[in-house]
Amino acid sequence: MAAESGSAVEGSWERPTVFYNKKVKYLIYGLILLFFAYSFWNLRISPSRFVRGIGAGVELVTSMLPPAYTPSQRDLLIQGIVESIVMTIVATTIGIIVSVPVAVMASNNLSPKPVYYVGRSIVAVTRSLHELIVAIIMVKAVGFGPLAGVLALAFKTIGFFAKLLAEEIEDIDRGQMEAITAAGGTPVQTYLYGVLPQVMPRIVGLSIYRLDINLRHSTVVGIVGAGGIGITLLNSFDKYDYQFSMAIIAVIVAIVMVGEGVSALARRRIQ
Amino acid sequence: MLTVDNLEKTYDSGDKALKGVSFEVSGNEIVAIIGPSGAGKSTLVRSINRLTEPTGGRVSLDDTEVTGLDKSALRDVRRDMGMIFQEFNLVERLTVMENILSGRLGYLSTWNAFRRNFPPEDIKRAREILSRVNLEGVENNRADELSGGQRQRVGIARAVIQRPKILLADEPTSALDPDTSREVMSLLTDIAHEDDIPIIINIHEVDLAVDYADRIIGLSDGEIVFNGPPDDLDQAARDEIYRGGESIADREEPSAGSSTGSDDVIAERGD
Amino acid sequence: MSNSTDSWSRFDRRERLLRFFGLLAGLVILVAAWRAMEVNYGYAVTAPRELADLFGRMYPPNVGYSREIVGPLLETINISILGTALAIVMAIPVAFLGASNTSPNKPAYLLGKFIISFTRSVNVIIWALIFVVIFGPGALAGVLAISIRSIGFTAKLIAEAIEEIDRGSVEAITAAGASPIDVLIYSIVPQIKPAFISVATLRWDINVRASTIIGFVGAGGIGVPLQTEINYFNWEAVLTILISILGLVLISEAISAYLRKKVM
Repeated sequence: MAAESGSAVEGSWERPTVFYNKKVKYLIYGLILLFFAYSFWNLRISPSRFVRGIGAGVELVTSMLPPAYTPSQRDLLIQGIVESIVMTIVATTIGIIVSVPVAVMASNNLSPKPVYYVGRSIVAVTRSLHELIVAIIMVKAVGFGPLAGVLALAFKTIGFFAKLLAEEIEDIDRGQMEAITAAGGTPVQTYLYGVLPQVMPRIVGLSIYRLDINLRHSTVVGIVGAGGIGITLLNSFDKYDYQFSMAIIAVIVAIVMVGEGVSALARRRIQ
Repeated sequence: MLTVDNLEKTYDSGDKALKGVSFEVSGNEIVAIIGPSGAGKSTLVRSINRLTEPTGGRVSLDDTEVTGLDKSALRDVRRDMGMIFQEFNLVERLTVMENILSGRLGYLSTWNAFRRNFPPEDIKRAREILSRVNLEGVENNRADELSGGQRQRVGIARAVIQRPKILLADEPTSALDPDTSREVMSLLTDIAHEDDIPIIINIHEVDLAVDYADRIIGLSDGEIVFNGPPDDLDQAARDEIYRGGESIADREEPSAGSSTGSDDVIAERGD
Repeated sequence: MSNSTDSWSRFDRRERLLRFFGLLAGLVILVAAWRAMEVNYGYAVTAPRELADLFGRMYPPNVGYSREIVGPLLETINISILGTALAIVMAIPVAFLGASNTSPNKPAYLLGKFIISFTRSVNVIIWALIFVVIFGPGALAGVLAISIRSIGFTAKLIAEAIEEIDRGSVEAITAAGASPIDVLIYSIVPQIKPAFISVATLRWDINVRASTIIGFVGAGGIGVPLQTEINYFNWEAVLTILISILGLVLISEAISAYLRKKVM
């Protein structure tokens, strides 16, 4: 481009693009627009339905306000929230205990290749499936109730915790491990004295973080029957008791925000 | 002709940066403003085009009183004043060509600005200026690919393409090494003579000021204490400008102007 | 130190006591939590066997069924992309409100911050419940749930990018007599563009996962047939769907990571 000269190009300049040239650029933009159009068509989203929905939305919001509950609903609400919190604690603990060995398996500096691939696969599968999918399967396996929720949340914890912990383990200083091994330490001693102290701060930080995430999830897994406040929320929607729905949502938002605040504060204190 | 009459600036913090400064600049004069850091040099230059809003006094360019214009009229008069900055202030992720052309934005409709649709004569002129500042062939490079000296020359090109009636340079050499500083200063003097416009340069290196300026204004504590040709800047005059214990440290520290943490600079940045 | 020379411990007595009671308190909370769940131990004990049994019934996946889920999978992708696009359109003004350097005034800034934290705090499935009530079951409710849920995240990260921009070039373009809109186009937009693209692709990746489950409450996508097949105990079909979701999620993650690397 710089080599071009002469009066014809002197008064014109084209911005270089990340695509090969202007035509390719417009072609790609065109394709993206086409895809959006196709998406609209495929989802059968019509403006009239949208407009009708606006009216229904206003109606819903007015029927939700002000949030309210009867005394028996209040008990349900408290019971559901307590169950969510309890599930969070148990699931996070189980999840972390299972995650640690998975993390060791999934770190390429501590594990032989076959074990490493098994570890990575566990991480990939547990990460990819949404918590509600796991929850719905757990409900079918172990029945309705908080146990299914705990298993689902613990399962999801593995993907998150083991992945991030494995990354931390991959960054450790091998010298410290070698020193223990050189002094005649057994493999278990090597892990305890050569690896664990290096990754302990990370484990604590991640645990607090995950506790926060599990708290969020524990409020919704009930929607598929896996315990916690979620089932109460779904029931209130099914009974068109929107004032109670709003009360539940408000409580969930409050709990999630408090959890996030406490978690952020605690992590900052540790660092 | 630029007239500065009894200009004052008091920051919200109560600091009086300018205490009634008056001077005139015309023709193709190169005026260097020198003084210790915190003397108000930067505030003075930035008050001329009201990047820093003066709190008293008047600035006039030819027959237009800059102080007192409304926003839209201020934009029009800013098109006649090119500005060059200490840290170049280029849009790093845009190409050199776009950075230079951005000097013409004041003349472009918003729609054309959005489409990056500059008139051919602007582009032609941008190419001419590129060769004038010795930057042929880099128009398609991103600004962050250039060296400091090259970036400052792009900054100068951006100011020149405005066809300004005056150039304002705020510490244009502080971020550059001594050789590059001299190149930039001689480029600026060439521009002043070729385009027949005056330049006000706020500079902390007294040697550069003496070598390149036609006139020197010495600023101390918000007041003009010297105003005359470089030849008149004798030791007594220098002592007058740089009096007090702090000022000696400023002269010995070559980058005092750029790295100073004084409230003055912080207040200006926050403006 | 009260220790004699031939014994050593990592912590002194007080620290050891503190750590001991800390651990004990943790255990008590854990046990109390477990008991509060009132788990039927019969279920708990048989849980591993039940799970193994379930996976036994799932295998092998029903290959023939895969043809029937192409439509729902495409719908899932469409929902995730439209939802993300809509989220970005809505998040941009929110981001400018919620960034301290572009917010016009204090109330606007607080409004921006409120929208960011509120939309983020309500789970996508709850948004889906609400929009299914409003618009009826279907993908429209899904797109809106995804987009509203994403506003907070997207706007927060874009606002951070706006707050980190270099004021210098804004000033320089202002000094050339450009209008505030010119400054936006020429200085602010180029500076936040990389962050913008990486936020958009990252959120799209997250939204692909979310789009797989909003069908549980009737908001379209692969979640609808998944729930149906689970309710009918068609476990081999369920495994087919799970594998397809796994593939979809891994592909979208790879695409998103590639795009983010490219704009850096």
